[in-house]
Amino acid sequence: MMLRGLWKLTWIELKIFLREPLGAVGTIVIPVLVFLVVGRLFGRGLAPGALAANTFIGVGLPVLASVLIAISSVLSLVTIISIYREGGILKRLRATPLRPQTILSAHVIVKLLLTAATLALMLLAGKRYYPVGVHAPLFGFAIALLISTWSILSIGFLIASIVPTARFAQPIGAFIMYPMIAFSGLFVPVELLPPAMRAVARVVPLTYAVSLLEGIWKGDAWSSHVGDVAALVVAFVICTALSAKVFRWE
Amino acid sequence: MRPVIQVVEVRKTYGATVAVDEVSFEVKDGEIFGLIGPNGAGKTTTMECIEGLRKPDRGKISVLGLDPFRDVYKLQDRIGVQLQQAQLQKRIKVWEAVDLWASLYQKKAIDAERLLEQLGLTEKRDAWFMNLSGGQKQRLFIALALINDPEVVFLDELTTGLDPQSRRAIWELVRGIRERGKTVFLTTHLMEEAERLCDRVAIIEHGRIIDIDRPENLVKRHCPERTVILATDDPAAEERFRAIARVEAVARSDSQFTIRGRGDDLVTEVIHCLSENRIRVTDFRTILPNLEDVFLKLTGHSIRD
Repeated sequence: MMLRGLWKLTWIELKIFLREPLGAVGTIVIPVLVFLVVGRLFGRGLAPGALAANTFIGVGLPVLASVLIAISSVLSLVTIISIYREGGILKRLRATPLRPQTILSAHVIVKLLLTAATLALMLLAGKRYYPVGVHAPLFGFAIALLISTWSILSIGFLIASIVPTARFAQPIGAFIMYPMIAFSGLFVPVELLPPAMRAVARVVPLTYAVSLLEGIWKGDAWSSHVGDVAALVVAFVICTALSAKVFRWE
Repeated sequence: MRPVIQVVEVRKTYGATVAVDEVSFEVKDGEIFGLIGPNGAGKTTTMECIEGLRKPDRGKISVLGLDPFRDVYKLQDRIGVQLQQAQLQKRIKVWEAVDLWASLYQKKAIDAERLLEQLGLTEKRDAWFMNLSGGQKQRLFIALALINDPEVVFLDELTTGLDPQSRRAIWELVRGIRERGKTVFLTTHLMEEAERLCDRVAIIEHGRIIDIDRPENLVKRHCPERTVILATDDPAAEERFRAIARVEAVARSDSQFTIRGRGDDLVTEVIHCLSENRIRVTDFRTILPNLEDVFLKLTGHSIRD
């Protein structure tokens, strides 16, 4: 079977990740803490009802936090794959019946699980300490975030497939990922961007992720975001197909 | 019987560098076959083409009747591979690696705990890969190469960097693999290793195969010289030695003689001469050429240069 070994590899990779000195702390604890601190700082003194649905603290911050989690998991994926390539681990895995897509899938599942765990903790903590988000459709938002992360991770694949060494992986990944936030409509709505930037925004998958996340957070129906989901799926298909073509084992 | 591995006129270049040039050989069922040569001779490239990890530019390879590049997943299922300079995830535990590998193959894996025991890794089963010694890592890689009970085992420079004791232990393991009816294909730049392990060897240099045969046949063919070193106080001895037909040179320093000649019979004839003339000796040694000498003869330089 094509996916032989997938669950075992996923489970092992998850354990290995949590054994890293900063594994769990860096990916789960720190984002949750930052989220809480920022929320308390800006949210202090505001009664829950005073938060308008369109303020940054009411919608932008939760979405920004989610996008940052997604991006950090992409960067972590890129780094891990390039370390595996440089260390000959990929090559060793290749000399087995394992397929490259199984190896990448295992890492993606690990990242999705960690993203889900971080998100769950944030929401739990948020309910207690954070002045907003209580009325957001949490389950729907979680699904939206997983779809977004999955799609953004495929960009990570593509970068991971071609970056030469681990030393470059992180900066190259960051250089590609972070500027996407500027185009994504998170700070400035896409409609208000100059035409050239608007064109860029339209091809950046993050734009659709942000639109989906904001919409679902505000309580939009899924039916009004079919286009966003479709764009994210298309981005995933294109990036995955491309990275399968250019993937380098060593 | 059909050879397990068949390599016909394989060529592989990296840019302008020809790594493997028109290489042809066969590996028979159940033998330990060694590809020997200095570093950079093309051993690993040849092996990786046979394993399906690289695509040769030209030529034909068949392993267990499969095309290694086209049928790579089918082939991987039936072979075991140990790569040179491979690594695993730093923090993967020994038992996890073996367990993962065991889950990757269609055939039911062999008893992992017994395998770890045979390789002396039972005590290390919970240790992280990064905390293993060189020898332990190498033994783990051998375990991973054997876990699917493969029909052919590929071992690339498997004792490089190990101390003599671990090296000997690993040689024993490789002989054990052959005893279980497997075919072993290995590369090494250690002539002693090739001589002790291999049924047949191919000598490769600059991507070309210079000769293929059993180690003892290679020695017989390329290095027929024999040397006897003995010590005696008999004043008539030197003259007697020179009278032996096969002797080409006799050198003397004090009571020690170095007698050189050709052919397997030289030693017998020297012994015969000693007993016929009742020459009393206090020391007697023979020096036989080995693969190292064969290599020197064939390439004009030592394998370590």
